[in-house]
Amino acid sequence: MVKVVFEGSPYELPQGVSLLEGLLSQGVKLPYGCKTGSCQSCLLKCTKGSIPVQSQKGLKEAHRLNHYFLSCQCIPTEEMCVALPNLAGERLKATVTGLRLLAPSIMEVRLEPHGEMNYRAGQFIQLYHPEGQARSYSLASVPSLDVDLILHVRKFANGRLSSWIHHDLRVGHDLRISEALGDCFYLPGHSEQPLLLIGTGTGLAPLLGIIKDALEQGHHAPIHLFHGSRDLDGLYLSSELNLISKAHPPFRYTACISNPDVHLAEGVSRGRASDIALATYPNLKGWKVYLCGHPVMVRATQMQAFLANAALSDIHIDPFESQSYGPVST
Amino acid sequence: MSQEQSLYEQLGGEAAVNAAVDLFYKKMIADARVNRFFFGVDMGQQAAKQKAFLTMAFDGPHHYTGLDMRKGHAHLVEQGLNDQHVDIVIEHLGATLKELGVADELIAQVASIAEGARGDVLGR
Repeated sequence: MVKVVFEGSPYELPQGVSLLEGLLSQGVKLPYGCKTGSCQSCLLKCTKGSIPVQSQKGLKEAHRLNHYFLSCQCIPTEEMCVALPNLAGERLKATVTGLRLLAPSIMEVRLEPHGEMNYRAGQFIQLYHPEGQARSYSLASVPSLDVDLILHVRKFANGRLSSWIHHDLRVGHDLRISEALGDCFYLPGHSEQPLLLIGTGTGLAPLLGIIKDALEQGHHAPIHLFHGSRDLDGLYLSSELNLISKAHPPFRYTACISNPDVHLAEGVSRGRASDIALATYPNLKGWKVYLCGHPVMVRATQMQAFLANAALSDIHIDPFESQSYGPVST
Repeated sequence: MSQEQSLYEQLGGEAAVNAAVDLFYKKMIADARVNRFFFGVDMGQQAAKQKAFLTMAFDGPHHYTGLDMRKGHAHLVEQGLNDQHVDIVIEHLGATLKELGVADELIAQVASIAEGARGDVLGR
């Protein structure tokens, strides 16, 4: 028998049986589909123990690095602790170490986690209101460069979490966060592959982390960021981004304003970030593409990038679903 | 006849499925007659499902049952999925394999397997 701990409860599985079958036969409810390693419905996360190689075959690299595996293809030979994906996060305590307005409606929040926090630049965390509500915020920080976790929080008119962060949070306050989640991050070992990054609004946060991480890891190939906003206020951190592009030649930055009535500052392009990016790079064969921000932009551009010859496995997305956007202007 | 390779092996197994999936999916979402069924769907998950479908059509190892096919497409039937759309899927499947240099005779076998799922897909 092999011991498997699922969501904190121990189970004894017979030798030679898949983790999925073993748990199902003991009445555990798990999602699954084809049971042949194709449909990926039975994806679980390993929180402790080693993952049999066969059970990560065919998974995206980002999933592999995040310890995800296919439970139907996993024949455990030694003890494993596993959990449903995205629910594996334990809540950590963190202290607010810095608050800074980056734009009239965007607050940079710096947090110092109590205890070890493993993450990759571009991932996101859940941040909990003292009364329990949570929102996802992407990490703009890089583990090897920044002591603190850095978030960019946009204030939404009726956003309870964002109002609390903008008005009530103070340096020194303690709050609760989840572990880092998501598979939109820089993958080491592809330094010759050009990167196209498109973000709207605070979709800049994860992209900034990814860019800094890529440059830190010696990325050679071009890295081009298109950051879009309706108006000039939303093009926050533009001077920092211009400085980075001066210091690091592989990196280029294009700021885009979609509102036709706004007077453009020097060096800013008119139009949607995704339209300008795809017009600049009509053939994305061999490129890695990162898309973060408004979910409508992210999903539409994901499809356009795929049709422009980017491989599906090279398109990484982070749609900001939980935010309360108004109707999309077209 | 035990020497004879299975259809899945003749087509090239998992490597052939991987080669076909991006191409096939691209044809589907570039086709205005069917791409509305894919809008708003997570493309990563969708690609995994396409792979499972291709494995089935290649007569490879799979455990899809008629019931899975019914459940998986019921919401699409409600949105108007019909015979014409199934024809288009089979058309793109054939064109994909043709582009990858698969012999006509094998393409016909794949098409007939896919054809066999028509009733379940359309909930009949």
